[in-house]
Amino acid sequence: MLGLDKKDFRLLVIVVALTMLAPFLLNPFPESSGLAQFNAGYPDLMQRFVIFGIFAIGFNILFGLTGYLSFGHAAFLGVGSYAAIWMMKLVTLNVIPAIIMGVIFAGIFALAVGYISLRRSGIYFSILTLAFAQMSYALAYSVLTPITGGETGLQIKATDRPILSNLEPGEIGRANLFGMDMRTSFELGLGDWLFTFNSGYYIAAVFMILAFYLSIRIFRSPFGTMLRAVKSNQTRMYYTGLNARPYTLAAFVISGMYAGLAGGLLVAMDTQAGPERMFWTASGEVVLMTILGGVGTLIGPVLGAGAIKYMENILSKINKDILHQWFAILPDGIENFLVTIVYPFVGKGWHLTLGIIFMAVVIFLPGGLVEGGQRIARLFGRKKAKGDAEEATQSTPAE
Amino acid sequence: MDNSRSNLTATTGVLGAIVAFFVVVGLLFGVEATILQTLDGLSKGSAYALIALGLTLIFGTLGVVNFAHGALFMIGAFCAVTLSRVLTLSHTVIDESKTDFLGNPSKIQVPYLYDWFGKETGDAIIDWAVPLAILFSIPIMVLVGIVMERGLIKHFYKRPHADQILVTFGLAIVLQEIIKAFYGANPIPTPAPAAFSGSFDFGAMLGFDPNVIIYPYWRIIYFAFGALLIGGVFAFLQFTTFGMVVRAGMADRETVQLLGINIDRRFTLMFGLAAAVAGLAGVMYTPINSPNYHMGMDFLVLSFVVVVVGGMGSLPGAVLAGFLLGVLEAFASMGEVLEVLPGLNQIIIFLVAIIILLTRPRGLMGRKGVMEE
Repeated sequence: MLGLDKKDFRLLVIVVALTMLAPFLLNPFPESSGLAQFNAGYPDLMQRFVIFGIFAIGFNILFGLTGYLSFGHAAFLGVGSYAAIWMMKLVTLNVIPAIIMGVIFAGIFALAVGYISLRRSGIYFSILTLAFAQMSYALAYSVLTPITGGETGLQIKATDRPILSNLEPGEIGRANLFGMDMRTSFELGLGDWLFTFNSGYYIAAVFMILAFYLSIRIFRSPFGTMLRAVKSNQTRMYYTGLNARPYTLAAFVISGMYAGLAGGLLVAMDTQAGPERMFWTASGEVVLMTILGGVGTLIGPVLGAGAIKYMENILSKINKDILHQWFAILPDGIENFLVTIVYPFVGKGWHLTLGIIFMAVVIFLPGGLVEGGQRIARLFGRKKAKGDAEEATQSTPAE
Repeated sequence: MDNSRSNLTATTGVLGAIVAFFVVVGLLFGVEATILQTLDGLSKGSAYALIALGLTLIFGTLGVVNFAHGALFMIGAFCAVTLSRVLTLSHTVIDESKTDFLGNPSKIQVPYLYDWFGKETGDAIIDWAVPLAILFSIPIMVLVGIVMERGLIKHFYKRPHADQILVTFGLAIVLQEIIKAFYGANPIPTPAPAAFSGSFDFGAMLGFDPNVIIYPYWRIIYFAFGALLIGGVFAFLQFTTFGMVVRAGMADRETVQLLGINIDRRFTLMFGLAAAVAGLAGVMYTPINSPNYHMGMDFLVLSFVVVVVGGMGSLPGAVLAGFLLGVLEAFASMGEVLEVLPGLNQIIIFLVAIIILLTRPRGLMGRKGVMEE
């Protein structure tokens, strides 16, 4: 079906089901219970899950297949964002043209950067991409302020009059899809549960499913096999009479366009763009996501993106009072002791947890969460590892 | 023979380019400005050079790309912060002679050092906290380095470079978050001794008019310290038996092992040395820029660029590239340059790196066969 074999089709169906039902799946706890803060089913966070999922899927096409570790991928996300927001400011508030512009500009920029960076491999490639990304960041921050808005970034203002959107005088434009506001939400209350269905989320989710489908097709195509050949032995590929450069460049541009798509979607959901999106820590973050989920697997990057965004938004909200509530049953001394121990790992210190988990994954589980899922599955004596990804999908409920 | 000749031509080429650069710049901006910017560049460059030197030491000996090296620089800086805090540990004394606005006898904090050494000596020790931290930080940094190598990096020798980058990147995050948990996220001002807080009239010494070329004392000291440290490391490698064995191990590890030398242990010590170099660079940097938890990461990115420009695995290359890029950055930050090419100071280092990597893939002084898949 859809040009996929049975296994891949099943994986796609699972991903479609998970993304479509995410508002339910991510809100498992009743509103009034103490666990409600672990609910991730609010629009803003769900949008981030799928958007950064797209970003990581794209990064994985480059790193997972060719083995080229880019440390400057956030630059493409930033370029996509800027292109998208200018489209919205000048032409139309409809998100589709903005996203398309984001993809195109990121693609062109990736072509330029990739053409130069791919002359080198290994650490040199990483440093070159890092250098380009830092240059873009520095320029966006300083000299290119007329285009990028400098430190404050770009927002849609009351003075912006996109030529194709009829705005009342003084009305601030809002992103829409053929008239449907991105922020429209439909809320469904079932007993103590409140589920939010947000139009912006579903648009982003559709894009992610398309992106995911495309990545399956790339993984299974002859082109994908060529990229794997680049990773396993470039010299041998060269001696077979094949030139690796066009393939790696194509992979680089494709993954840059994925980043541009993610950047465009970020703007479509929340109409602003700033240079901090291009900072090298943002590039590091997508590396973390991909490794955490599982490099070179189909579903891994999406899982990783979900895990990191979940930690960033949920773990970081836990403060001392909440910890005291949790341990309230224990005697005071032990309670205070436990709070002191746990506190550095949550709240503002969530990066510490992230770093530790990341190190543990690199050291013990180079295949990421997907490999972890497979190992658990094998432990429980179910059928031997069926495929890369399915097992993990089943063992990790959220995103 | 062939190799040494090509090295020689490369070195002369680089030296010629440097001389030409200074002649052009001197004619363009005048001698005074050139000297001032060169000073600025050298003091900036010594931080780059020190970190890059440590990175290269680790890479050359153990073959590991250490993304946590910036974190070592930061830990060094926080050694200075810690020492200055330890020295000012105080106890409260009630001073009967003075009263606060409510009429109660005022409480004053008296550092323990006052009790032990008297006020004047105590003040002097507190004032000199940063230079004293050099002594304090060396054992700590060596220990941190050795623990890091034995505990973590040892297990990554056989794994791909990408894995090494990733695990040390994770370690860097963890280390900086630990520092953040203890010291908070704000920069902590740690001043230099009062004796060095002013500026030095460098021009007057060379016979220019006074107040034309003045430069902060501490930055000049930083440069001198950096140069001394770099010289020390090179002398250690060149003139001691230990250094000779390490150099032999860098060239051919297997043969050295076959001779019955425990090269692993020496390499571990070299990791400790590299950590100490980075740490000392951090200690001395605290008066220039108040340390905060992410200063290491900021320097790391630049230092990697420096290492790659200098040539992966080449110690002189790392030092040369560090100073060179520092000087270039200083010149690019001049007002006259920024008028013509705005924003150049922000990107010059990366721009140079890109050009060098594309024209001289091995960097300025890179050896053949290092990091070439």
